[in-house]
Amino acid sequence: MAAVTPDHLHDHHHGPSGLMRWITTTNHKDIGTMYLLFSFIMFLSGGVMALTIRAELFQPGLQVVEPEFFNQLTTMHGLVMVFGAIMPAFVGFANWMLPLMIGASDMAFARMNNWSFWLLPVAAVMLIGSFFVPGGATAAGWTLYPPLSVQMGMGMDLAIFAVHIMGISSIMGAINIVVTILNMRAPGMTLMKMPLFCWTWLITAYLLIAVMPVLAGAVTMILTDRHFGTSFFNAAGGGDPVLFQHIFWFFGHPEVYIMILPAFGIVSQIIPTFARKPLFGYASMVYATASIAVLSFVVWAHHMFATGMPAQGQLFFMYATMLIAVPTGVKVFNWIATMWRGSMTFETPMLWSVGFIFVFTLGGFTGLICAIAPVDIQLHDTYYVVAHFHYVLVAGSLFALFAGAYYWLPKWTGHMPNETIGKLHFWCSMVFFNITFFPMHFLGLAGMPRRIPDYALQFADFNALATVGAFGFGLSQLIFIVVVVKCVRGGEKAAARSWEDADGLEWTVPSPAPHHTFEVAPVFK
Amino acid sequence: MNLSGRLAGSGLSLIVSGSALAQSRYNFQEPVTSVAEQLYDLHTLMLIICAVIFVAVFGVMFWSVFKHRKSRGAVAANFHESTTVEILWTIIPVFILVGMAWPATRTILYMKDTSSPDITIKATGYQWKWGYDYLQGEGEGIRFVSNLSTPREQIEGSEAKGEHYLLEVDNPVVVPVGKKVRILTTASDVIHSWWVPAFGVKQDAIPGFIRDTWFRADREGIYRGNCVELCGKDHGYMPIEVHVVSAEAYSQWVAKQVASKAALAAN
Repeated sequence: MAAVTPDHLHDHHHGPSGLMRWITTTNHKDIGTMYLLFSFIMFLSGGVMALTIRAELFQPGLQVVEPEFFNQLTTMHGLVMVFGAIMPAFVGFANWMLPLMIGASDMAFARMNNWSFWLLPVAAVMLIGSFFVPGGATAAGWTLYPPLSVQMGMGMDLAIFAVHIMGISSIMGAINIVVTILNMRAPGMTLMKMPLFCWTWLITAYLLIAVMPVLAGAVTMILTDRHFGTSFFNAAGGGDPVLFQHIFWFFGHPEVYIMILPAFGIVSQIIPTFARKPLFGYASMVYATASIAVLSFVVWAHHMFATGMPAQGQLFFMYATMLIAVPTGVKVFNWIATMWRGSMTFETPMLWSVGFIFVFTLGGFTGLICAIAPVDIQLHDTYYVVAHFHYVLVAGSLFALFAGAYYWLPKWTGHMPNETIGKLHFWCSMVFFNITFFPMHFLGLAGMPRRIPDYALQFADFNALATVGAFGFGLSQLIFIVVVVKCVRGGEKAAARSWEDADGLEWTVPSPAPHHTFEVAPVFK
Repeated sequence: MNLSGRLAGSGLSLIVSGSALAQSRYNFQEPVTSVAEQLYDLHTLMLIICAVIFVAVFGVMFWSVFKHRKSRGAVAANFHESTTVEILWTIIPVFILVGMAWPATRTILYMKDTSSPDITIKATGYQWKWGYDYLQGEGEGIRFVSNLSTPREQIEGSEAKGEHYLLEVDNPVVVPVGKKVRILTTASDVIHSWWVPAFGVKQDAIPGFIRDTWFRADREGIYRGNCVELCGKDHGYMPIEVHVVSAEAYSQWVAKQVASKAALAAN
């Protein structure tokens, strides 16, 4: 399987150097690195917004920010984390790892790849810059519901254009991934022999192509309602505000799986490595991923149970949503069966992965509880929902991203990440995450609405606790910077197969992966 | 204020809230309608089922984590599929889900039955207050606007916060105990949402459209809720306060409202 000939080992990059190298690069590894750096910067920006929110909520009353700015923060925290941090981070992993995993020399459309990335900083500048325009950033919530979003100032227009640009970037990235996976696999690697990470990304890419245009349509209708006299969402002109919610969530629910399916893929790579056992139920993992993707298109209105849809509507969306628990359960069972009777060690990537299964599944259970339409009537738009989606997005997507980062850092940098600091990062994150978000379940059950800057006195203690946890969680993420910087600068040299029992083509190339890999396709047995 | 001061402050408010409110801090508020009762029980049932599955699944996982370690000399097995097991753990969850869906379906149909109310009240969301119109039944024709009554000084912190901070209004909704009250919701500007947790009632108020929901309160008392759909700057400051009173007290309240309206008209 060894595919890299010696004269390629030390090949040097030809072409522009310095800044121009990064601006003009068409190399999937460079672009992957830029995606990952970009998403981490956005993650820190969104994190600062979250901490400002938590500082305001530390005590009842208004102390830190005014309500209008508070709403801007909650809105932008959501938009920045979803579109700026989580999604680009997964695309970064796809760029770096997919060609290495399938034995391709690069992504299929290398120039388009460059363009997909460089659109993102432009969108990010518009989005974050909207804080500084008259009226400030949009404060309509990340879901941008009209008519509230129609009332907003020009910050809303900037957000709309930023969403357009990020959508174009995502669609191009997704097309690139689909074409790369379908056409550029090494000889012998049939679809059902691909690493599971490739499968989850293939399915995710189809989801992206299907729903990003829907979002673009929805925000464009808001734009024309705002400036060009249309009334898509204005009842006085014959429109319907709830129509927007249907369109938005038709995008929004598949979007949830766009942010978690690649996470499933990463964890499915890591657990077999450290359990020293092949992944249990590979085929059922693929089918489960595909079922989740298909079901994700018919559950959108479970975000809208409180809008007052007819009983038949509530029943259909409740049943369909509950059904998603079946393939998701299959995945969790398969991971545990992979661990069962393995020979496990718990290096940092494995810790993050096992942590992921544990905490993500908690979010899965609360998701099931929210799926029960009548119970959701009590829970909708409360802190219970905030707790639920942070369990699946932070403890789910983000934890899996960290797992993947620790797992592939040796391949990226040529050095093993420091185990002690990495484990410290994990345990701090795990503990502070739960201190932050677990009390929010109680807040929601007891009746605290979300998106409020100030609250009744009975919610004070849990809010104070959540704020303490949030600052702990935020500071813990700085540990990750230490790990990465140390790992880039030096440390224990990583072997080509950096982890004892790691399997896959990416471990057949040297560490760090040379600039060009698999110029001759390897033969996959 | 420094951090220790803040912590002390929050500890203080913890004691205040503990004595002021007899409601649960870990669960739904105590139900006072049959709908809220059903939601409470449904949630408890769901929580128990989830807890059992949780213990079973993670019992297996942590057993494996502690026993099947390389450091304990575990040697990896090599199995990687079992059609029987995989079919079983696909089918069994389906049956569990059916068991959950059955009571939930009954509750949905019950909640959606807004027919033959004794009293109908329209709640209109405004930025940032609620307007109420009594449309049908005893009290027909009464209308008023309900604003937050917590003083600005309490919000800004120059005054101590009262017991019902942010959950008190100038003109509460008054309804008789044991009567079926149908709430129609709409809004004049953006989407709001009318929520009283103790009633198990939450209904978005959508501009240009009418939606409905209902409750029949079994116990007299004062019940409080909030707007729960982000509606702009003062979204956190448009509470709902409902007084459930005896039939006689309700009649008196209606008479008083009618009289004051007549007096207003006479002037």
